[in-house]
Amino acid sequence: MREEGMEEPLQSSLRVQELIYGLRIGEVMTSRVFAVSRNCTMHDVRVIMKKNAISGVPVVDSKRVVGIVTMNDLMNALEQGRMDDCVTVWMAGEVQTLAEDMPLSFAISAFGKFPFRQFPIVNRKNELVGIITFRNINLALIRELSRQLREMEHKHEHPPDPESLVLVKVYQLHRYDFENGGRASSEIKQFLKQRGIPAKLIRRVAVASYELEINLVAHSIGGMLGFDINRDRIKISSHDRGPGIADVDKAMTEGYSTANEWIRSQGFGAGMGLPNVRRVSDDFAIKSAVGMGTMVQAVIYLNPEEQNESQ
Amino acid sequence: MKVSELEALEGITCLQHDFADVEILGGYTSDLLSDVMAHAREQSVLITIQAHKNTVAVASLTGIVAIIFCNNRPVTDDVLEAAGKASVAVFRTPHNQYLTSIAVAQHLGGCPAR
Repeated sequence: MREEGMEEPLQSSLRVQELIYGLRIGEVMTSRVFAVSRNCTMHDVRVIMKKNAISGVPVVDSKRVVGIVTMNDLMNALEQGRMDDCVTVWMAGEVQTLAEDMPLSFAISAFGKFPFRQFPIVNRKNELVGIITFRNINLALIRELSRQLREMEHKHEHPPDPESLVLVKVYQLHRYDFENGGRASSEIKQFLKQRGIPAKLIRRVAVASYELEINLVAHSIGGMLGFDINRDRIKISSHDRGPGIADVDKAMTEGYSTANEWIRSQGFGAGMGLPNVRRVSDDFAIKSAVGMGTMVQAVIYLNPEEQNESQ
Repeated sequence: MKVSELEALEGITCLQHDFADVEILGGYTSDLLSDVMAHAREQSVLITIQAHKNTVAVASLTGIVAIIFCNNRPVTDDVLEAAGKASVAVFRTPHNQYLTSIAVAQHLGGCPAR
């Protein structure tokens, strides 16, 4: 009991991590976004900013983001008395956008990487669908944390049966730490074995989990591997902080690998990792952006009927 | 063929005795651990030159019961220790993977070689 108590603060910080990876930018952003077209003036922008209490207005051309006017640009124009200029004169033209289906963690890294206070959010067609600021992130985090805390309070009042097939566990993995690569998978395998899960299913879980563990150790600068297990399914999620995969389709191709000599000397880098994970999973998803990180989610159903449905 | 019977094969030495002496149902020869993960069957023997802890981790996760390290690859204590914890038998042989596979297959009775 005492030992568990000591790990408490670490657990809670992991919860936050899990949470920022679990949320999508699209769920957190402001969808009611005020944008202007190229022929609008700085004066128009000022009216919009003032009326809606916002600090950045994207400039769009048939829904594509071509620039952004921030409070700074506005103040500069105001100072020089050039409020009748077109926004194109003052806007920043090179805009960093984020995609709505990226995990929230990507937005958080983007705020760390760039000096911007807001990022326009685009959909798959590259059309503006929202905007994200720190305020959105704060609100989302507080909302989610409260929900999780309520859940924890509830669990505290009704502790689960120790033999039950419910587990939420997160492991931190570090670059090139092959020493500990495999520990998470072994522990999960043991957990499932003790609960009488069929060996074939355990093996699929072990393969997915081990390959993801090794990927984190061999290819990422560090990240986490999370397990969310209940009676219906085992969900394994891997999240790392970078470097991100430039071509996800290639990474999913058997035989393709970016592994260096050292990784290969460890017996890895055959280009089979991600394809192996996909093969053993009932549901598989991967999301990656260069400079921001990679997220992989693998789900294995325990109930054979559901398994068939999904295949 | 039981795990302990592997030691009877020519040239093979057992380095880690702390294992469950179960029946070996098959063998798999590979130096790529992801390949082993994907294809090796439960209760089989792994023939490889990949002598490090990751090999033991893969063996234990896939249900491989014995590992034979070929070409007399040096095996460090941490590998043996990990194998002991996982109850995976560890052997070493001066022969290469090809010859070792033939020898094991003949004893398993699954090889057409005469």
